[in-house]
Amino acid sequence: MAVVFDKPHALTDVPFHYCPGCTHGIVHRLVAEVMDELGVEGKAVGVAPVGCAVMNYDYFSCDMVEAPHGRAPAVATGLKRACPDNVIFTYQGDGDLAAIGTAETVHAATRGENITVIFINNAIYGMTGGQMAPTSLPGQVTQTTPYGRDVNMAGYPIRICEMLSTLDGVALAQRVTVDCVKNVVIAKKAIKKAFENQIAKKGFSIVEVLSTCPTNWGMTPVEALDWLRENMIPYYPLGVYKDSEKGARLKHE
Amino acid sequence: MNKDLNLLLAGFGGQGVLFAGKVIAYSGLLEGKEISWLPSYGPEMRGGTANCSVCISDKPIGSPLVVTPNVFIAMNLPSFDRFINDVQPGGTVLVDSYLISKKVERDDVKAFYIPASRLAEENGLKGGANIILLGKLFRECQFCSEEILDQALQKCIPPSKMHLLDNNRKAIRIGMEYEG
Amino acid sequence: MKGNEALAEAAIQAGCRHFFGYPITPQTELAAYMSKRMPKIGGTYLQAESEIAAINMVLGAASAGMRAMTSSSSPGISLKTEGISYIAGSDLPALIINVQRGGPGLGGIQPSQADYWQATKATGHGDFQLLVFAPSTVQEMVDLVADAFDLADQYRMPAMILADGMLGQMMEPVEIRSSSDRKPIEKPWATNGHQGKRKHNVVNSLYLKAPDLEALVRERFQRYEEIKKTQQRAEEYLVEDADYVVVAYGASARVSRSAVNAAREKGIKAGLIRPITLWPFPQDAIKRATQHVKGFLTVEMSMGQMVDDVRLAVNGVKPVEFYGRTGGVIPTPAEVLGAIENLMGGAK
Repeated sequence: MAVVFDKPHALTDVPFHYCPGCTHGIVHRLVAEVMDELGVEGKAVGVAPVGCAVMNYDYFSCDMVEAPHGRAPAVATGLKRACPDNVIFTYQGDGDLAAIGTAETVHAATRGENITVIFINNAIYGMTGGQMAPTSLPGQVTQTTPYGRDVNMAGYPIRICEMLSTLDGVALAQRVTVDCVKNVVIAKKAIKKAFENQIAKKGFSIVEVLSTCPTNWGMTPVEALDWLRENMIPYYPLGVYKDSEKGARLKHE
Repeated sequence: MNKDLNLLLAGFGGQGVLFAGKVIAYSGLLEGKEISWLPSYGPEMRGGTANCSVCISDKPIGSPLVVTPNVFIAMNLPSFDRFINDVQPGGTVLVDSYLISKKVERDDVKAFYIPASRLAEENGLKGGANIILLGKLFRECQFCSEEILDQALQKCIPPSKMHLLDNNRKAIRIGMEYEG
Repeated sequence: MKGNEALAEAAIQAGCRHFFGYPITPQTELAAYMSKRMPKIGGTYLQAESEIAAINMVLGAASAGMRAMTSSSSPGISLKTEGISYIAGSDLPALIINVQRGGPGLGGIQPSQADYWQATKATGHGDFQLLVFAPSTVQEMVDLVADAFDLADQYRMPAMILADGMLGQMMEPVEIRSSSDRKPIEKPWATNGHQGKRKHNVVNSLYLKAPDLEALVRERFQRYEEIKKTQQRAEEYLVEDADYVVVAYGASARVSRSAVNAAREKGIKAGLIRPITLWPFPQDAIKRATQHVKGFLTVEMSMGQMVDDVRLAVNGVKPVEFYGRTGGVIPTPAEVLGAIENLMGGAK
């Protein structure tokens, strides 16, 4: 019998706990497919965040470490410095990467730490029940911005790829989404490049994936995708913010 | 020297207080004694007060912080005022008399006045007052043999500054030969 | 060699090749020494963006099965406590050095022992312990670094060297022995890439099912019980015939030793129990002494923290008094002698 669809080897058999319509599942699959295609599962070590993806150490079949909230890039730094030939990636949400872990993110990036960062931006804290994220949009209603995010009170959202693209240590900073087949293909290419950069010792690569949270946005999955297209993409334009083909690292290795 | 040395050196940062203390501690080490060297440390990198405690003994050193020294070397007035009354009766006090015009008012300690900073300048040994005082201390206390003192000096001068070894030897000689 | 430098070289001799730190007085010489040595021996010296990042880098390198360490001083250790809790909760070995200074807050930069509670009872959230070692000479700093790494590996838990600014800054003669003859412990749990040869390893401290978490914590506490039975260490100085025993560790033990000697010269039968492990606390040595002494005096460079553990060990059988200086002030032998004499007045 011909196999027409199969689970990537780099995913375990444990069923995902994610809500219906959540795009974490798609991104997990893309990361696993890339590991399969590059043949790196055996030397990959992933770092799980705190947030909805906290239990992804059960889903990826490579070695995994669960980091304190926001500290994944620092944990990844330790793993990479200890075993430079291993392939180290972090998988983090917006609260983890862009709020509590901003310092770890920025400094791992500016050091040109040779790691791969997958950044899920869904503009909300999912696991704790829908509070304002650093990336929540102006006017966005969340549990802790019940009247909409007032930028005079809560400040403005943070654009991570734009910010990191100014740093010399960054090899790749690209924002993608997974709302349709075409964009899923682009996202996978970006993730693959982020892993290939590491194997080629080019430095820090980050792929930001605009994602949906139908549960906490209070929408159906289809409505959530529409909301992402109409509201998030205009504020967070898709594209490549930095791609230094030559590699961002100076004499480092 | 047949009894323990509990030395306090005190002055301004930059006078070489810690270095002189290190040479003395090393001398003890090379003599096979128990030693300790403890600097004071402050927030400022330059200036400010600096002092260091050096203990040399036949027995393991208890507290390395010298509170009641039996030898006190004062290289500035604030340090002189602060510590002079802590010196043990029968102790020895060395004063850089070019920087400190006061005299020791106690009569239960042996005091020596050496214009070390002036002697250093006159002999082209800028910054060598600490070692001149060290030379004087050696003469008065004989805390090790002369040969050992020279070895300690060589140990303590970093390789990049070895060209200053002869100047240091000269400073020790000036201190040893100073009458007063 | 300065205490701080001796700690660093000892760690290198113990096979540590991964140091992550952040500058803070009075431990800076340690990091500076590492930055000089590590590149020459193929190791990692990395100055992190914060204490928090540094301890998490240690978590990462330790996860990969390497001997990893960080060092700091009191305010910096507070920042590291989050990571230390995760390291303990993930059953990872690692070494943390605290060269204590006065607190709370920014406090001061002079030597202190005010982090005893933090080190032995409250290094971060959750039910866990650290192995805590308290050297009192530069030589002992060196020896305990090697032991701390070994025991951390053996029991899969973080270890701390609790020193202070005085020990870190002082120079004493020291002999550094290479511990390369010690057999490294296998770490089959390490997340260093499964290479397709084994099931994937997970280093984790999250257990959402309460009974699972309870079982894990209970298992960890069984290990702690074994450690309490087998790893208590203390030096006993003139305790055998002592009427009055001073209990002190680290720098204050040195001051106390001078005071005990002075007391003996005055004909007072004083002795010293010097805890070398603060956790496990050397209760047994103290319990033994309760049988023949008239009273205990605990001396600390704090307002009295270890004295709680001394009282628990003495259990009300004999009086336990306290003498301390804090904020970075070092007690003098004369002060401690005075406190011994006060104890004699009270404890007939």
